Parts: sequence; C-alpha cells; structure tokens
Amino acid sequence: MDDTQGGAGHGKQYAIQLVVNGDLHSVFVKANTLLVNVLRNQLNLTGTKKGCELGDCGSCTVLLDGKPVNSCMVLAVEADGHEITTVEGIAQNDQLDALQQAFIDHAAIQCGFCTPGMIISARALLSHTPHPTEKEAREAIAGNLCRCTGYVHIVDAILAAAETEKKEV
Amino acid sequence: MMREEKKPLMTGTAAPRLDAWAKVTGRERYAADLYSDRFFWSGAKRAGIPHGKLLEVHTEDAKRLKGVVAVLTSADVAGSNRVGIIRGDQPVLADKKICYAGDPVALVIAEDKDILQEALDLVTFDHEPLPGVFDVEEALRKDAPLIHEDNPWGNLLRLVSVETGKGASAFDECDVIVEGLFETPFQEHAYLETEAGWAYLEEDGGLVVVATTQTPFRDRNEMALALGIDAEKIRIVVPYLGGAFGGKDGITVQCLLGLAALHTGGVPVKMWLGREESFLASVKRLSAKMHYRLGVKRGGAFHTLECKAYFDTGAYAGLGETVMTLGLEHAGSAYRIPNVTIEGSCVYTNNSVGGPFRGFGVTQVTAAMEQVVDMAAQRLSIDPLAIRRINAVEKGDKNCIGVTLTHSTGIKKCLAALSEHPLWMEREGWKMKAGQFKKRGVGIACMAHAMGYPAAVPDFANAKIELTMEGRFRIYVGIVDMGQGNASAYAQIAGTILNQDQGAFELVQPDTGRTLPSGSSSASRTTYVYGNALIIAAEDLKKRILDKALSFFKTARSQDIVLGPGGIGHREGKKKISLKKVAELFGETERTCKAYFRVPAATEMMDRIYLGPHIIFSYGAHLAYVEIDTLTGCIEVTGYLAVTDAGSVINPQAYEQQVHGGIAQGIGFALSEEYKVTEGRTDTKSLATYIIPTAMDVPDMVSIAADGVEETGPFGMKGIGEISISGPVPAVANAVADACGIRVPRNPITAEKILQALGKQNKQERPR
Repeated sequence: MDDTQGGAGHGKQYAIQLVVNGDLHSVFVKANTLLVNVLRNQLNLTGTKKGCELGDCGSCTVLLDGKPVNSCMVLAVEADGHEITTVEGIAQNDQLDALQQAFIDHAAIQCGFCTPGMIISARALLSHTPHPTEKEAREAIAGNLCRCTGYVHIVDAILAAAETEKKEV
Repeated sequence: MMREEKKPLMTGTAAPRLDAWAKVTGRERYAADLYSDRFFWSGAKRAGIPHGKLLEVHTEDAKRLKGVVAVLTSADVAGSNRVGIIRGDQPVLADKKICYAGDPVALVIAEDKDILQEALDLVTFDHEPLPGVFDVEEALRKDAPLIHEDNPWGNLLRLVSVETGKGASAFDECDVIVEGLFETPFQEHAYLETEAGWAYLEEDGGLVVVATTQTPFRDRNEMALALGIDAEKIRIVVPYLGGAFGGKDGITVQCLLGLAALHTGGVPVKMWLGREESFLASVKRLSAKMHYRLGVKRGGAFHTLECKAYFDTGAYAGLGETVMTLGLEHAGSAYRIPNVTIEGSCVYTNNSVGGPFRGFGVTQVTAAMEQVVDMAAQRLSIDPLAIRRINAVEKGDKNCIGVTLTHSTGIKKCLAALSEHPLWMEREGWKMKAGQFKKRGVGIACMAHAMGYPAAVPDFANAKIELTMEGRFRIYVGIVDMGQGNASAYAQIAGTILNQDQGAFELVQPDTGRTLPSGSSSASRTTYVYGNALIIAAEDLKKRILDKALSFFKTARSQDIVLGPGGIGHREGKKKISLKKVAELFGETERTCKAYFRVPAATEMMDRIYLGPHIIFSYGAHLAYVEIDTLTGCIEVTGYLAVTDAGSVINPQAYEQQVHGGIAQGIGFALSEEYKVTEGRTDTKSLATYIIPTAMDVPDMVSIAADGVEETGPFGMKGIGEISISGPVPAVANAVADACGIRVPRNPITAEKILQALGKQNKQERPR
C-alpha cells in the first residue's frame, strides 16, 4: 500500500517545493504521487500513517496550510508551495504539544496507528475552537477511525488539552 | 522523555504506556514503516474466483516487464506449500485448486510499486470453474460440491457435541420453552494497520522477517515447513502492531515475504496489503447460524438448553474448529443449566476464510443465548435482571458443559453492581422521556469468557528480565503487544516487584532471536501467563540484586537493605548504591533471570469437548440504552454500562480501554458491521462500505470493575481482552425488543431491518 520514491523510469518527474514542519524541501515527484507517500518515503516522516489510501480512515491526516486533510487524497503536485504540518512537527523541540501530553495522560492511545491523525485533527479543532464541547470534539475526529479505544479517552484527552491551553493563555 | 520524579510503578494504579511517547510523536516504527535506500516491493496475484481447478499460471508477460525482479508460483515453493496450524490445508501459493477469491496464485517482486501493480495485472491463469458452496447447510448436503476432496467428512470440518444431564428429554419437565433462530454475519477486524512486513536474507543464509503477527514463534515453524527452510534459520521480529484483534493470529504475509526474500539476491523486500486486499485475504469472524431452545421452570430456573449451531469457516480450516468449540463451551453463557444438548458443525464454504476474532466464537453464541434468556423472562413476566440473578453461576457450580467452576466466578457481583447503578435504577424514567416518534429501550446481557488455551494445548510463557550494565531493567517481551498494552503491564508488574519507576524499564518486543517462546497474543492470556512468569523472574532478580548489594553495606542481612528507584539503600542509614554499581558485580549470565509459567489446566473431563475444557473464566454484565426513531427505523445506542469480573486490575486506564474498545467493536457488530460475500465475492470492499463506528456512533461508556481476585493470577488479575465484545449484540437486541417489542435475530440491527419488523408488527396488530 505504498509508492516508492521517484526513479524507476515510469512517467515524468516534477520538481515541487513543500514546507514541512517549517523546513523547505525540494523533491521530485510523479504526477500521480500522493502527498502521503512523499512524506513517508521521501522525507522519512513515517509518523503519518496510512490505513486505506481512499480517504476513509483518516490515519494520514496532516495540516495543509493549517487545515486538516487526508494526505492520501492530495496529489503531491497539488501541495507544491504549501505548508504542511505532520505529527512530527507538533511538538516544540522536546516539549510535547498539550494534545500529545493529554493523549498520554488520559490513556487515549492503544495500538497508536490512528493517533497521529487524531492529534492532527484535534489540533485543527483547537486552533479554531479553543473551548470545544464534547460534541464538537467528536465531530472533529469523525473522519478519523479508531478501532481500539471506543473514542472515550480520546475525547477526554481533547477536552483536557483545551483546558490546559486555556490556562496557559 | 521521562519525567523527573521517580515514582515506583505499582499495580492497581494508572500508569502511561511505555510506548505512549513514541506513538504521540510519530516516532514509533511499525512493520509498514520500514524503508531503506534499496528495496523491492512484493505482492500477490489473488484469484478473484471462489472455486475452481487451477490449470496453469501464466507469468511470462509479467516477467518481461522492465523492473520486475521475479514472478513466483507454487512450483517455486520448496516445502509443503501449506499452512494452517491444525489441518495445514491452506496453500502459500495455490497449486491444485482455488478455494476462495483471496487465494494467491502468484507472487511478484518488483523494483517499485507501480511496476508491481502493472506486473500483477499481467499475470493470468487458466482454470476450470467449479460450482461454489456458499451456505453452511447446503454445504452439508450429500450432493454439495466438495471443497477439500480429501476431507473424509465432506465439507464438514468438525462436529462437536456435548450432552449433560438428561439432555433434550428434560424439555418435558419445563414449564416454559422459548426458541429462536439467530444468525451473526462475518465480521472484519478492520485494524487500521493492514498486514505488512519486511524481509531479507542475511549473509549467513538466515532469513529475517519483520511482520505484523500475533504469533511469531508459531509462524516460524509454519514457515519452515511450508517453505522448506530450517526453522533455526528463520528469525521473526514483531514491532508494536497497529491493531490485530485476532486477524493477525497466524500467517498472513509472512510466507509470501519469506519466499520473496529467497529470490532477491539479498535485497530487502517489502509487502504492505492495500485495504481491499486486506479485507479479501484476511480471516473473518466465523458467521454462525444458531437454533436455540431454552426450557425454564415456573420460578425462572433454567432447566434445559438445546443449541444447534453451524459455523462457517470458509475455505480453510485455520483455527475455525477451535473458534466454534470455544463458542459451544460458552453456549449457555454464565448460567447454571442442568440438562444440555449442544451440537455444532464447523463447515467449509467458498466464502471468506474464517478465523480468530476477539470473542472467538463466544460472541456468536452469547448473541443468541442472551436473547432467549430475555424471551423466557418475558414469557414468565420476570424482570430480565432477576432471571439472570436466579441462574447466574457461582464458584462450585457446573457450567453448561458440566465442568465445575473452581476459580473466581464473579458474575453475581457484576449483576449486583449493575443493579445498583443509576443507569439501571433510572431506566424507566429515561424511557418515559422519549420524544415524539421515538421509542426507548434498555437491554442487558451477561457473558463469560474463558482464559487461555483449552486443556490439551499447553499454555505457557517464558519470561526474561535483565539488569543492564547501565543499571536499568530490560524485559524481553515474549508476547506481541497488538495495542492492548500487555507489554506495559509487564513493566508495571516488574516495577512493582523491583520497586522501580517507569523510566527504569526498556522493553524488547517479540523477536524469535532475542525473546523466549511464550505463545500467541490471543485468548485473553497475555498478561496472565507472561505476567505470572515475569513475577517469578523478577523476584529472582530482586533477590540476586540484594544479595550482591550486601557487600556495600555493613550488614549481612538482606532485609536491612531495600531496593528502590535506581538503587539500593540501607533501611536506617543514608548510604545508597546505584544499580549501575551493583550491575558491575554481576557476571554476564547472572544479570538475566528467566522463568517459566504454565497456566493451570483442567485434568478431568478432557473428553467432554474437543481439546478439553477451560477452568478460568472472566465474566461481565452489560446494559445498553437504545433510542429508535419509529419513522425511519434509525437506532442509536445512547448509553452503555459494562461491569466486568476480570479479577484485580493491574492498570485501571488500560483495563477501561480494553472494555471500551470491545464494546465499540461490539456495537459496530450490533448495528452496522457485516462483511458481505455474494457467491464468493466481497461486496464490502472498503471502510466506506464496511462500516465501523466513528466517534459519532458510540456513546460515552461506563466501565466498572467488579471486586474480585483470581488467586492464580498475577496480582490477582485474569483476562480482560475479549470479554466485553460479547455483550453489545444481545444487550442492544434486548433493548430494541424492550423499546418496540420486535426482535431482529440477525445482526447488524439496521434501520431497514427495524422498519421492516415494525411494519410487520403493525400489520399483526391491526384489527381485521
């Protein structure tokens, strides 16, 4: 379920530039290369997961210019010149983001495969809705499937992170 | 990474997982996250037809494609070319026959993924179509086409029957008899991480396979036989899994990857199934058709049970017959029933391939049994909770197959806690407040779940713990952590014994080259069996550390010194010696302690049921609040309570997660999940058509741990992994019956089925 990096003589290559987690990257991609595969295979950012490549599961959610998108539904060439934030770019140096810390403290992680996408979707929520209700939190992650937790602790973690950020402001 | 405070770990208190930090930062590397500068892709050509004789596979066109490394068929497999832990009836690459649409007929290795896909499309095969068998009862007819011609019982894989007391003749002694036909469909695990792996040959000829599996040691033996390689030459490494739930219990990509790695000249090879292929090729919860008849005495005591069940194992045996058998062992749920007749047929079809799924057969029978219990309660005008309290088993009672319960048996405690909970006490008021065109109902269900393997299969673990030269502790985790958190529970157990904080521990994930054989990550056994072994090993290591450390102190009595986070101190003095210093006093072999533990098993009534009975069970009592829109049939589970007896709790957060997760999968099974196969072809090919619950589809869930201690368990615990998945189907079905007086005997209970049943009910009620 993947696409290896460029090379291999199939089709034309396009030079694109992506700002990922604040760093500028120039990469060559094919017209059909998905953003998620550039992140995972060319930039080695395997924190962004992939569970379906059809936009159904949300495991590959990243922020594109601050908005959450399924990076398996975005062609790399479409992201040319845009800013992307992945789970690796959420922490400030070694200081975890409030959401990351809340996911740990509230035991919102089991297998962890949905976790990066969950955190990114929740990050997007808190950036426009700093004090979400439980319903808003559930809606914000409705596109992120989790098969382990039943979502209860994830929702708790999102609401707790919102509280933490409120105190910090 | 680790916090500054060094608080020793302690069982019974919440502690974050050791893998939490790596998982929230995206640094955890799963099997699918392995890449290198140079590697090949591999993939299987799937048959796409349900049943046929395989005549010839054409690989020439694919082989000619630039960038294709190899195209392999069954002729390239040196070993038996068969896997399957009991029967060994499933080919690595199809040779004579195709038995379901997911059978692989060729394996392609290519330089990149695009070329791989193109090459797979170029592989073709000739076959002679055979009529398919898609229904369990039709499969057992004399004239049914045979799937495995060499099976002496035709399409019947195994018949299991149990009779106790007077059997069905005791129905004559019953005052009320209720019966029904219940069906549960195939269920797909839908773990977020599809099957993946990475394999390569080492210079000395050793084969290394990193794979998503629950069973590394078993896989190694299966791979050795199937591929014709010495098991000693195979090393299987298992990172944390992205979910499994039984679906990675056994061979998925391992043999194909191993075979591929033999043909790449040392270049690593990767395989990662797409979602559609994962759905097609992975095992499913066996669908079941269950005829139930329950006879009850006037006062509400269950007297006679008859259960006749058919389980669809699909094209291959896998663990299908053990799945059905565990179901039959639980056919009477958590009740005392003196006269029982149980018969189950596990049947081959050309549908999917059946296999383990959390609940392992128990989820199916509990769905049926707990509904007939409600039907009996209704007939007798007894409250559904009261009838369960009358019949719930206690320690010393016999279960439905006549085996005496000698271990902790807490179902009555579960029911007591449920009866005192506001969700139960306030149910009538809640139901009254239903809005216009809405109906509300409350349903309950009990469940039991055996822990560990059946008696005839030795259930053991080998723990290994090391004091490192840095003065830390390294646990060699013998059992895969597929997400449930058993690996962290091991640290918590060892931390409690060694009085160490979380930062003192490193976990080595299962690796046949480094960790010791400890069985599968399944059967609700992981913490119980490995935890028990680890307690012995950690106690041994603690004693060794204290003995060595004595030389630093002016005392000869080890009780004068105490092991604490990072070091050893004197009970009275201020002197403290670091563990690093102590480690230097150890010889290389002394720093590591190993221990073996075997789960207590039945010694009597071994012939009562296939592979023998279980003796340790967890219990649960569930309650569901359901609201139905009578105009649209739409159903919503708005509240849920689970009371569980899984002994003492090691980590309350992790315990709650296991319960919540099981309920969510159970609610999915109750309301929306059905892996549909028509004439052997999958209708539900993606997560857009196979609907698992989102955060909008499950309620806030309440989990309560009933008081109780399992004396044989590590710190008093017993299995918590599976039990909760068996409650939601019957609890929701009973709630629907409570709300509207209708029964939907085949889950998922969809809006369409509810509307249909409501329509039928209206017709019956309308005066003629």
